[in-house]
Amino acid sequence: MPELNDSPILLNRHLLGIDGLSVGEIEGLLDLAGDYVALNRAPAKKQALLRGRTLINLFFEASTRTQSSFELAGKRLGADVLNMSVRTSSVSKGETLIDTATTLNAMRPDILVVRHQDSGAAELLARKLDCSVVNAGDGSHEHPTQALLDALTIRRRRGRLDGLVVAICGDILHSRVARSNIGLLSKMGARVRLVAPRTLLPAEAARWGVEIFTEMKEGLKGVDIVMMLRLQLERMAGAFVPSTREYFRFYGLDREKLAHAKPGALVMHPGPMNRGVEIDSAIADDIEVSVIQEQVEMGVAIRMAVLDALARGLPREGRNAP
Amino acid sequence: MTRTAFINARLLDPATKLDAPGALLVDGEIIADLGPRLFHDAKPADAKIVDCQGLALAPGLIDMRVFTGEPGSEYRETLASASRAAAAGGVTTMIVMPNTDPVIDEPSLVDFIKRRAAATASVRVLPMAALTRGLAGQVMTEMGLLMEAGAVAFTDGDRTIANARIMRRALAYASTFGALVVGHAEDPDLVEGAAANEGEFATRLGLPAAPAMAETIIVERDVRLVELTGARFHFGQVSTRASLEVIAAAKARGLPITCGVSAHHLALNELDIASYRTFHKVKPPLRSEADRAAMVEGVAAGIIDVIVSSHDPQAADTKRQTFAQAAFGAVGLETLLPAALGLYQSGHADLLDVLAAMTTAPARILGLDGGRLAKGAPADIVAFDPDEPFVLQADTLHSRAHNTPFDGRRFQGRVHMTYVAGARVFDRATATDV
Repeated sequence: MPELNDSPILLNRHLLGIDGLSVGEIEGLLDLAGDYVALNRAPAKKQALLRGRTLINLFFEASTRTQSSFELAGKRLGADVLNMSVRTSSVSKGETLIDTATTLNAMRPDILVVRHQDSGAAELLARKLDCSVVNAGDGSHEHPTQALLDALTIRRRRGRLDGLVVAICGDILHSRVARSNIGLLSKMGARVRLVAPRTLLPAEAARWGVEIFTEMKEGLKGVDIVMMLRLQLERMAGAFVPSTREYFRFYGLDREKLAHAKPGALVMHPGPMNRGVEIDSAIADDIEVSVIQEQVEMGVAIRMAVLDALARGLPREGRNAP
Repeated sequence: MTRTAFINARLLDPATKLDAPGALLVDGEIIADLGPRLFHDAKPADAKIVDCQGLALAPGLIDMRVFTGEPGSEYRETLASASRAAAAGGVTTMIVMPNTDPVIDEPSLVDFIKRRAAATASVRVLPMAALTRGLAGQVMTEMGLLMEAGAVAFTDGDRTIANARIMRRALAYASTFGALVVGHAEDPDLVEGAAANEGEFATRLGLPAAPAMAETIIVERDVRLVELTGARFHFGQVSTRASLEVIAAAKARGLPITCGVSAHHLALNELDIASYRTFHKVKPPLRSEADRAAMVEGVAAGIIDVIVSSHDPQAADTKRQTFAQAAFGAVGLETLLPAALGLYQSGHADLLDVLAAMTTAPARILGLDGGRLAKGAPADIVAFDPDEPFVLQADTLHSRAHNTPFDGRRFQGRVHMTYVAGARVFDRATATDV
């Protein structure tokens, strides 16, 4: 079992994004997470790997599944887990973040999991803190554990990532999930397509080495995997798309559009879903095509693997903090 | 099937540069055949014969800019009354603006226009839908659903979207569907309260005026936004030399941009306002003679793609006012052809080029099947005499509103018959509207 193995997997003290990871590191994390899937399905799930270690979940943005997933992962590995939800006003964020970092540092955590509405927040904390930092989503930048759990889900279903065609559909512009997935899937040899109205495609998106489609049926033609993204409520009413009914008509995943994908194509969604906006309930709830629940299960395993891998690099005795 | 043979005609087809005596055969709703040799030897036995007596036979005009009062202001103009004016002016397809009450910003309202037109109008009516809800310049409309309902393009009509961020998003969203966006170029803050073109003439009249640059500023902005978004864009009507320079440069760079000019801005300048005649208050305002001359050159050089009527019926309540308080707008469906033909009469442009700006060009921009004389094309035809002189009398207009700036004007070029889908909708000989 994994707890006896301490050969290094990650070459960095932090997990800030997919961007800095090598193919070897990604494969190492996915292999390790595979072991944790088995463990999580066993009756006795508790490990002693992180006994004595302190894990802080610092969430500046509301999150149910990512936060509880990290909490569960930490607890199953034996760490002491502290959840901090910080309600911030939109003003003076930068200052607050550094103040918070200084305060937290004094509590001497071993691993800090952070989610923040601003891109680069995790990196800023990593520079200011002595502990390992895991990015649980920073603005529209990265959400590495989501991409890893998506990859694990696909790999377990399809046996590989290499050569698969994956369509990422919806609000690419604001999506950290999309950015991390584009990075990871491309590194692992999958072919990525982006499907969205032009208002939700970032500038120069084609420079990522992906194919761009504005017509969903065309974009889904022959794909192995359909990844739907959540459309934030504040972006629905006129600013980026005119209405939810129009969005569903042209970009919502329903049977008719899915029929253009490869037979047996898998449907994924990072959650929480807007039923009838980006996805038809009939598909979201169809266990033949939807792996959305499985993604949640893989999420816990991936986060255990990440915490395990980072713990291998933590100092064993004492700390050389000032 | 009813077959109609038009003989002794002068065939004018801008698409093929055809200008020759000949005949044309209509079978049902389409053109079955045409050419100089057709019926040369024998008249068709099984067709109704229309002897054109040398009249020119051209594709029916497509007017890309028509305001009506339906729904909401039917006392000014209905789709039916506008279509009678169109038929009398040789216009067989009207593109109607969404500036009604309610605004055409919902798929169901596009459907309403189409159904009302089918039931009451004698010419083809194609609606443009609003680009933003309520024409408020804030929230983009459901362009995908509106296109499915039958909207041929998106525009806020005679309103400019002031916010560049909203305009950018609307253009980007439109480009998703390959939709055509039609813009109006007048900086809303610069022209607020203005009634005339800023310059010596407006100054002497003491009229509140806005600079011609108010148009060019928006033209420059929208050209850059098109460059950013890749949207297909058409300036509904431009009126200044500087705007044309910007558009010519944009076209030279390969941007998907086209533009139109109203017949009023080809035929009139700011001096025509004379003693505060409110029928000459239009949007954008009548410009200097240098700008008017630039419009004529623009059509001749092909920088201006289309000529429109910018038909905007206004009743006494909105026009019998002081110049500053009067509403903008002039009717134009029935004067579009003769006013545009002024370019041909004066030798500034070829007859076929003038016609192209009202037939093939709008058909190409809108992706329509008409606008040409060809086998298999819709039998939308106008028979006119390009040289016949007449004096326009406002009270003979078929439009419900008579606010024409051309009352008493001497024109050359007169429509005699108009056919839509093979059916006669106007005949000057009987002076009846079929």
